[in-house]
Amino acid sequence: MTDSHEHMFDDRTPGVEEHEPTASYLSYTAGLGLAILLTIASFIVSQTNLLWAPGIPVGLVVLAFAQIGVHLVFFLHLGSGPDSTNNILALAFGVLIVFLVIAGSVWIIANLNSNVMPMSMP
Amino acid sequence: MTIATIDKAPAVVSTELARGRGGGGPASKRIVVAYGFWLFILSDMVMFSALFAAFAVLRGNTAGGPTGAELFNLRNVFIETMCLLLSSYTCGLGALSAERRRPALFVMFAVFTFVLGAAFLFIEATEFAGMVEKGAGPSRSGFLSAYFTLVGTHGIHVASGLIALVYLVAQVIAKGLPAAVLRRLLCWSLFWHALDIVWVGVFTLVYLMGG
Repeated sequence: MTDSHEHMFDDRTPGVEEHEPTASYLSYTAGLGLAILLTIASFIVSQTNLLWAPGIPVGLVVLAFAQIGVHLVFFLHLGSGPDSTNNILALAFGVLIVFLVIAGSVWIIANLNSNVMPMSMP
Repeated sequence: MTIATIDKAPAVVSTELARGRGGGGPASKRIVVAYGFWLFILSDMVMFSALFAAFAVLRGNTAGGPTGAELFNLRNVFIETMCLLLSSYTCGLGALSAERRRPALFVMFAVFTFVLGAAFLFIEATEFAGMVEKGAGPSRSGFLSAYFTLVGTHGIHVASGLIALVYLVAQVIAKGLPAAVLRRLLCWSLFWHALDIVWVGVFTLVYLMGG
């Protein structure tokens, strides 16, 4: 009962108290550099004829996934270490749901659109 | 039998043991807290995925109104992207400073983060106001409804992040950096980085593919 209020609050948080090795300034700086490069690449690809025109959306999606990967690894520190295992499993489940919702919606609505009668016949 | 085996286990467990895989004893508080917050972020992502799906479905339904190519100013979008990216960077540096128990440095980086986030919001709000003025408000077409919902929800997240940042800075000034405040700060930086990830999806799908 002699503990301070702050300490009692701490005790209710699950897990053990421990000093962790921290990420480095270098990780953030490398991440920022890569993210800026990928962003500029996205804008260039969308505004020029660098890519074959029908391939531009695919190129943009690839660049976006690359940038999301950079953010996850360098900013959110999601790595292959044991401390990340649970986070990665949860992320995998989240990605599955996100994929099902987006791809499923687009697929179903595109199917409906192609099967529906034109609204007004000329 | 099992209990006896546990009792005989060596008192000092190698830190090399993979905790996330069930060995090596309980995880540290910051890992547990960050995991819980990570689940919240993922559920937020699932909510955003519904808005992204709505936009992807409705993007062509302009009802004779203005299209994205006519409305979007990609130069502004690029500036917005850079603001958010740099604020993510300063947020990360702030979290590192806080972990190294340097509250003054943390407050400085938090101010940078706040200014960059506010600049992002200002540009976005100006764009929204300009569009509504041109008669391209959310009620104009299905495309614009989906656009304002998706981009607006992201903007509301950024705004609430800024409010939370003010609250955190006040805590750091008042209490310094005890472990509990440090963990809140860590969760906040996860939230801020996650918003940047959502923005990557927004500028790719909404602005670059539709602009």
